[in-house]
Amino acid sequence: MSTSRDLAARLRPAATSAIGPDGQERRLVTLAAVQRIAQQTGASRREVEIAALREHILPARYERSLGTVGWEGQIKLLESTVAVVGAGGLGGWVIEGLARMGVGRLIVIDGDVFVENNLNRQALCTEGALGRPKAEVATERVAAVNAAVEVTVYVRLATAENMAHLLQGAQVVVDALDSLPTRLMLQDTCRALGVPLVHGAIAGYLGQVTTIFPGDAGLRALYGDVVPEHGIERQLGNPAGTPLMVAAWQVQETIKLLLGSGEPLRGRLLLLDAEAGTAEIVKLG
Amino acid sequence: MITVQVRLYATLRRYRPEVKLGESLPMELPESSTVGQLIARLGIPTRVVKNIFVNHRQQGPEYVLQNGDEVAIFPPVAGG
Repeated sequence: MSTSRDLAARLRPAATSAIGPDGQERRLVTLAAVQRIAQQTGASRREVEIAALREHILPARYERSLGTVGWEGQIKLLESTVAVVGAGGLGGWVIEGLARMGVGRLIVIDGDVFVENNLNRQALCTEGALGRPKAEVATERVAAVNAAVEVTVYVRLATAENMAHLLQGAQVVVDALDSLPTRLMLQDTCRALGVPLVHGAIAGYLGQVTTIFPGDAGLRALYGDVVPEHGIERQLGNPAGTPLMVAAWQVQETIKLLLGSGEPLRGRLLLLDAEAGTAEIVKLG
Repeated sequence: MITVQVRLYATLRRYRPEVKLGESLPMELPESSTVGQLIARLGIPTRVVKNIFVNHRQQGPEYVLQNGDEVAIFPPVAGG
């Protein structure tokens, strides 16, 4: 184990100077240097990046996030845990986005394997991944995009019995499920755990997003207490652009919640109708 | 009589195919009509309606409509 002082001592000479967009000089550390220091010290990539940020040395990979999230914000993200429930259409893009933002720990829960009809829209589904567990492929994708992110994977369906246990430690949970009864169960579990839930759902050209805090009516206002398994997505299917459109908003909501910045879509439902070319906010409950 | 503006979404558009995408349908109703009565007038079976928003606020079928109300009617959206 190396102390943060050891890491700082190795990071300082590894840093290079660059002029930031504000005209100020800033210190950067490259991916190669972060990898080398992690290897030399036995620290994780995540720990090295946090140590760098504390020294005001920016891992170059976050250069274009800095203006939005700030130094403290990037540290906060790397120290955060987010659970993504479902690694299909919405979940794949959400996982991709959170990994690129440097959310330090992801919990990914999905019991399914990829099948051919996932290829039209699911970020993690490739021809080579057919037949493989979605959650397992998610780990590989995160490792390829940002190996500083630590992933805990559960290749199993979320059930009333296991859900609270699987979500343990998450500060935000993302609802990327495709079953209404499981979504309601997830909301109840998040309420019991006291964590916010970022909901997204899609069908055809239509998508919706809302953020539910513990105690909010949330999905029960939206769907009622007795729900069928599916909605109109069974008729309309899900074209490629719709999960992207909704997952993008789910990523933004999650990042804002972790940073404690911005205004969450709480008690408000964002309705995106790409077919009619409209976007609107309606009040829930 | 009152007039309300109705917008139908996704699969519900088939009940009023003459309405252009993104435009609303003006409906004339007797005073004190409810959202449920409006949905019946449109010929939409209640089982395919999930959410009703009047003036951007969620309401139930018992809501009594006022002249000029904007009503959005949604089927259930649940894909992931």
